[in-house]
Amino acid sequence: MLMFVVRRLGLMILTALALTFIVFFLTNLRPNLEKLARTEGSVRMSEEAVDQWIIQNGHGGSVFVRYGEWMGLMPGWVLTDEKGTVRGRCITATNTPETAPRYCGVLQGDWGFSTFFKKPVLDSLGEKLAATGWLMLAVMLVMVPASLLIGVLSGMREGSRTDRALSTFSIASTATPEYVSGVILVALLASPVVGLSPLLASWGWIEGKTLFLGTATSAIDDITFWNFTLPVMTIALYGIGYIARMTRASMTEVMTAQYIRTARLKGVSFGAVVVKHALRNALIAPFTVIMLQFPWLLNGVVIVETLFNYKGFGWTLVQAAGNNDINLLLGCSVVAVFVVLVTQLISDVGYVFLNPRIRLS
Amino acid sequence: MTTSADTAWDPSKPILEIDHLSISFFTRLREIPAVMDFSCKVMAGEAMGLVGESGCGKSTVALAVMRDLGKNGRIVGGTIKFKGRDLTHMGEEELRHIRGSEIAMIYQEPMASLNPAMKIGAQLAEVPMIHQGMSRADAWALARQIVADVRLPDPDRIINAYPHQLSGGQQQRIVIAMALMSKPALLILDEPTTALDVTVEAGIVDLVKDLGKKYGTSMLFISHNLGLVMDVCNRICVMYSGEAVETGAVTEVFEEMRHPYTQALFRSIPLPGADKNARPLISIPGNFPLPHERPKGCNFGPRCDYFQSGRCDAGEIPMFPVPNSDRHETRCAKWQEIDWLAEPAKRAVKQKAPIGKVVLKMEDLKKYYSVSSGAFGGGLKKVVKANETLSFEAREGETLAIVGESGCGKSTFAKVLMGLETATSGSILLFDENVQSTPIQQRNTDTVSSVQMVFQNPFDTLNPSMTVGRQIIRALEIFKHGSSDEDRNRRMLELLDLVKLPRAFADRMPRQLSGGQKQRVGIARAFAGGAKVVVADEPVSALDVSVQAAVTDLLMDIQRENRTTLLFISHDLSIVRYLSDRVMVMYLGHVVEMGTTDQVFQPPYHPYTEALLSAVPIADTKVIRKRIVLEGDIPSAMNPPPGCPFQTRCRWKSQVPGGLCDREMPPVQVLEGGHNIKCHLSTEILQTMEPVIKMAAE
Ligand SMILES: Nc1ncnc2c1ncn2[C@@H]1O[C@H](COP(=O)(O)OP(=O)(O)OP(=O)(O)O)[C@@H](O)[C@H]1O
Ligand code: SF4
Ligand code: SF4
Ligand SMILES: [Mg+2]
Repeated sequence: MLMFVVRRLGLMILTALALTFIVFFLTNLRPNLEKLARTEGSVRMSEEAVDQWIIQNGHGGSVFVRYGEWMGLMPGWVLTDEKGTVRGRCITATNTPETAPRYCGVLQGDWGFSTFFKKPVLDSLGEKLAATGWLMLAVMLVMVPASLLIGVLSGMREGSRTDRALSTFSIASTATPEYVSGVILVALLASPVVGLSPLLASWGWIEGKTLFLGTATSAIDDITFWNFTLPVMTIALYGIGYIARMTRASMTEVMTAQYIRTARLKGVSFGAVVVKHALRNALIAPFTVIMLQFPWLLNGVVIVETLFNYKGFGWTLVQAAGNNDINLLLGCSVVAVFVVLVTQLISDVGYVFLNPRIRLS
Repeated sequence: MTTSADTAWDPSKPILEIDHLSISFFTRLREIPAVMDFSCKVMAGEAMGLVGESGCGKSTVALAVMRDLGKNGRIVGGTIKFKGRDLTHMGEEELRHIRGSEIAMIYQEPMASLNPAMKIGAQLAEVPMIHQGMSRADAWALARQIVADVRLPDPDRIINAYPHQLSGGQQQRIVIAMALMSKPALLILDEPTTALDVTVEAGIVDLVKDLGKKYGTSMLFISHNLGLVMDVCNRICVMYSGEAVETGAVTEVFEEMRHPYTQALFRSIPLPGADKNARPLISIPGNFPLPHERPKGCNFGPRCDYFQSGRCDAGEIPMFPVPNSDRHETRCAKWQEIDWLAEPAKRAVKQKAPIGKVVLKMEDLKKYYSVSSGAFGGGLKKVVKANETLSFEAREGETLAIVGESGCGKSTFAKVLMGLETATSGSILLFDENVQSTPIQQRNTDTVSSVQMVFQNPFDTLNPSMTVGRQIIRALEIFKHGSSDEDRNRRMLELLDLVKLPRAFADRMPRQLSGGQKQRVGIARAFAGGAKVVVADEPVSALDVSVQAAVTDLLMDIQRENRTTLLFISHDLSIVRYLSDRVMVMYLGHVVEMGTTDQVFQPPYHPYTEALLSAVPIADTKVIRKRIVLEGDIPSAMNPPPGCPFQTRCRWKSQVPGGLCDREMPPVQVLEGGHNIKCHLSTEILQTMEPVIKMAAE
């Protein structure tokens, strides 16, 4: 088991290096750097001045070296400019060329300065990630139990009326992308003029104008049922359908297995057959799916955070891309790669754990 | 909850009484009457054998008793009374109390019957916890005791193990243990040993018989193996196409059968004395009728030698009691007129094919696999010696049987020959060409098409989403057989005829076939390409006796016509004795005995061959068989015992002085006539061996 985890980790690190390199390479393409030079320097810089600026700010040289510096695997660049001041990657306002560390990259915790937030990347990312963390947690809390329940209920009696109703729901919910379901939910539940809210308000069943709030900006400071339900539901709805389909497929397969018949013919009641005999075997496949759902949630997070103006990780990513904030963008991608790989690892280990055939062989 | 009924129940009345039972499956197209007008009675302590061809409805009857016919199956008539209570009209809740506590069922494929994610102990303990409301601790203690009862070693370890940690034989014992947990009054066994090795089967059969006696359990024992039924049961019911055709005491039915179908069945099984040339088996002509295409009158009519129109096809034929017998009945209108002692009229005596030049020669062939023992690819590398220094030659037109139980290396050997694996060392000469290390991709098309294989398990090789006909046509396309689609289609239908499947099956999906029917499709597909050397890996082990005869006949006919060399891999010694010229017995990768069929089947034997011979059930009341039940399982090829591979189970070991068997690999002794035996036993002791099978004096 330990060997397995160690080898997995090794593989993970290699993958992480490769993926971050690709992102680094793409964000540090020449046009992006020129744009950066013009925003940092002046818009009317000449071609030569732009070249000069790029070299002076350590963006010249081979992309591998620059990647190494950014990662903190190679010493940061040090240059002496025409005025004779020594400038370098690791030289900041608070230290001198003498006291500056040789390495300063992602590994050393120096993720660069965000031009958009006017703050170090690590600081801004930290709080945004926390905000998104809450959102994801809420989504998982809603999505996992709901989808497993739906999947198991519809899979345990294949073709029954419950199955057909629940399957229709799951298909519909996966087939609707977040930007559509989000808009529908807002219109239905969070608009003072259309949908349910005016009706409920006129009956006096709700205090405010709307049942739920159509924006989640306030949730950054204080998460409430009122402001958080819609973004959570929007992301969860999509995932529920997907995981429920997987669970259903695996449940129906398990329910036709010989050992289920054995259990039935032992006199085990239907409920106990489902809970004691079928469930664990049926959950092996969806477990992997749920874990793989995590990175994919990031995707939905981007859309939903933008839609509901919730200032989290997804929203940051959009802002970073829109404002050509290279360091922030790189920071986001490091986090994303990390999340993807860690969930992969958990899913592999968990799979092994759930499945005694692999665990004990 | 059933105690009141228990005490009120009179043991002289039948435990199970099935009366005019009819069962149908309802598919989208039609109603399939799987069982019609089936009646039988099982008395207390009796073991009733239910035999018949695959698809005749044996499992359906069993499942009907359990009231577990699935979504589309329904009892459409008749009653099933268990201890006088009608099961057919019982509600779910009432049934649940009977299932597992008063009636238990065991079926084929032990691995699939056990929950892979639950510990053995938990699965066993569940039964008394549900039915007797026993506490968890007591239930586990009982589980441990019953595990010991089914003669499993180290019960404490076993109850804490998961199913995949046990061998097939051990799993089946666990399934039996599970059925016995609450001492049921009736035990239904649906082909409980079909998936097991013969020596393991012999152990399980003994166990079932002993436990039946010990607990006074009545049994409904379903099997297609008449020999097994004779070993286990005291009564038998022969089914044909959804009906019971003959029923009675086992000895009576075996000795004085009164139905033409039963007679035909016995003539199609290889009993000692059958011979492929002089006294070939007689397969039953024609095909089994599909449930919805049954003829009017006697179902067996179209295949019956005694058929008489106007009488046999006039109308329903009832069961006739045979006078002066123990509840012996037959469903034949002419049973009183038929001369039951007459020799079969048409027994086609065949010419023996001359044996030609050497086609295939193996010298010192070795095949080792290296496997990692760690769970995740890490850990130590281990070597599995699948084949150890195999040497032999096979000639044109010859049948060489390779006998041994699972894990002995038969299939590895076949794979090496086929080029699916390459040998570790040694040489394979095929038509004087060395193919030892040529994998199948690099063999020229001639070599590939000249060596073909009939696979052991077509269940796994059939594509579940393709019709039967399509799959055979695919094989024809791969072998580049036939020039047009019509051509191939015609050939496909011929192949279906060849394996005795109705042509209508071409449009069926594999899941719509019964177990035996699927197996036949696999064989038809394997025979799609003509070949010079055919490696048949257990081709008939899962087939019905009458089909076995037809398929072995088919193999023999192909051999006679094309002078094919047949390497017949099997664990079934009856069929091996019947059709092979030479026999090679393997155990744990070693050839322990090799010689002509006569040499191997007569003493002196290798101790393993002796045990193997005694384990094979023989459906002949005149045969006296010495019972040698081997203890334990076959050791794993991963860590074979030191010295003689058979020493862990050998009963002759004490006859070898100085503990040689524990230390040294025995040499190959060459006895007269080129008979090889790999054993330390001295020639004198070998000469004292007695035959395992004897005919009783008439
Ligand atoms: N679920 C089903 N739907 C439709 N037909 C079925 C179904 N199950 C069985 N049958 C048909 O009912 C008949 C009896 O099948 P059954 O499984 O009882 O045979 P069997 O005697 O047990 O055969 P085997 O020896 O191969 O196990 C067969 O013709 C089979 O094709
Ligand atoms: S009734 Fe006629 S057809 Fe049927 S088994 Fe008897 S003799 Fe044969
Ligand atoms: S060598 Fe010894 S252990 Fe092996 S078969 Fe002969 S007698 Fe038995
Ligand atoms: Mg069956």
